[in-house]
Amino acid sequence: MKIAVCIKQVVTREWQLRVNEAKTWIRDQDASFELNEPDAYALEEALRLKEKHTGEVVVVSAGPARVAQVIREALARGADRAIHVEADALAAADAVTVADAIASAIRDEKFDLVLTGLQSDDQGFGQVGVVLAEKLGMPHATIIMEVQASASALRVKRELEGGWFQWISLPLPALLTIQSGINQLRYATLKGIMAAKKKDIRKVPPPPSAEPTQRILSVHFPEKAKKTQMIAGSPAEAAKDLIKRLREDARVL
Amino acid sequence: MVLVIAEQGRGKLNRATWETIAAAQQAGGPVTIAVLGAGGDTAGAELGAADVSEVIVVDAAAVAEYTADGYVLALAALVAQAQPALVFLPHTYQTRDFAPALAARLGRALVTDVTAIKKTGDRLVYVRPVFQGKLNADVEAAGPAPHFVTFQIGAFRADAAARGSSAARSRKVAISVDGGAVRQKAEPPFQEARQAVDLSQAERIVAVGRGIKGQEHLKIAEELAKALGAELAASRPICDAGWLPMDRQIGSSGQTVAPKLYVALGISGAIQHLVGMKGSRTIVAINKDPEAPIFEIADFGIVGDLFEIVPAMIAELNK
Repeated sequence: MKIAVCIKQVVTREWQLRVNEAKTWIRDQDASFELNEPDAYALEEALRLKEKHTGEVVVVSAGPARVAQVIREALARGADRAIHVEADALAAADAVTVADAIASAIRDEKFDLVLTGLQSDDQGFGQVGVVLAEKLGMPHATIIMEVQASASALRVKRELEGGWFQWISLPLPALLTIQSGINQLRYATLKGIMAAKKKDIRKVPPPPSAEPTQRILSVHFPEKAKKTQMIAGSPAEAAKDLIKRLREDARVL
Repeated sequence: MVLVIAEQGRGKLNRATWETIAAAQQAGGPVTIAVLGAGGDTAGAELGAADVSEVIVVDAAAVAEYTADGYVLALAALVAQAQPALVFLPHTYQTRDFAPALAARLGRALVTDVTAIKKTGDRLVYVRPVFQGKLNADVEAAGPAPHFVTFQIGAFRADAAARGSSAARSRKVAISVDGGAVRQKAEPPFQEARQAVDLSQAERIVAVGRGIKGQEHLKIAEELAKALGAELAASRPICDAGWLPMDRQIGSSGQTVAPKLYVALGISGAIQHLVGMKGSRTIVAINKDPEAPIFEIADFGIVGDLFEIVPAMIAELNK
């Protein structure tokens, strides 16, 4: 089974967000980056499918030169090779632009299965995977928690809301967006890190970009919906004050 | 005209549909609601109470049960027929499954997870969260109409949707969808196991997130829960890691709760978690990151190390 896994590099959860001068995006020159979490689960699922059915796992990422960091990490975890659609503009592009970039880079490879995470931690569109399926002419299923594969078809467990699930069957080739928690992640071994150095990373330019379908006018920190009473002091003082307020003001104890 | 795509299963309406109607009424202009699927007549009759110009019940055998391909085909045909200026949908898992493909097939913009609409004259600007809710972005859709927009669950109030003085006009529209073009085959929905714990009945809840760092630290959260007379719950990453069973999970993929007291320990407050608990009467947040979105909805907040504060709370409660 020939599997493509689309991965995105995002700023780490711990990084204190800073907004750029124009207030249109973050100022990420000094940010630290990591693999988007749902994409890590998609990669793990691809590696497991390869171990079970044999084949090849190719990671694909669209973004500036810095995304080589997560590409190398994915190769170290066991992906066989990589495709990097390199362009600075892809760092904060809309979903259709990203899907177009990936589609043009992988269309001729004739993958049996394309996996993505269900959404990214930065833009959070939740669109790239499904739009990519549409561009590639593949059927898709989203928010997947289990994959059963045969030679020509898939049976996948789709998560619904509130603890409900549903099995979906669809023919290959197909695209799935993977939910976090579908599997237990593996981490790169020293052997994997060494082997990754010899693996092929093919760089491709993005296709001529069409007009974006949406643009960000400005970003801003959210206003508080509630008047939060912040409690200061040492841990013991804060704890005492909090319990007092829960008893006397909120009356919930 | 704003076309609202309702979500229903076997006549039972997803409440988020009313929230989307409220958003459509705020956007301005006439509103039409479209209902698909088996039971569409029943859900359509219920939606007739809304102050809208029309309810369209789509009659197509191929979309009796939901599939992504079926919905894309049926709605592409309906949009071509109805020629709306905007198409509004609730940002549910089902919408997320088909709407990006529908918008892409029609070559139209889709703005997802919108929490507010800013209107100046005819110009609509959509507010949506980025970076897991740590920032909001003001976004404008580009390109030809209709623009597709999905609305975050709970961002608009269902009871804010204006009701009409009499039932709205209702019309059946037959759309022919080639069943052979539907590539997904869906089996009936099921629940994994009967949920052992019904957290929706709990009066008090102590919930843990990534900040708890390791399974071995759950003990202090358990002790706090005991001292408060609370149930223990968690955000998704904790259940994904297997530290607590899935039936203790709060959020869009878990349970929705509204207890008297909700204590969030080391939970940053990603929107997927917030939708499951923001109806709680009193929310306490303890987190080391002062920028964590959880503080935006908390009544009481402490910025600090939960491993110091929680033992102090337990000591105080046991005095």
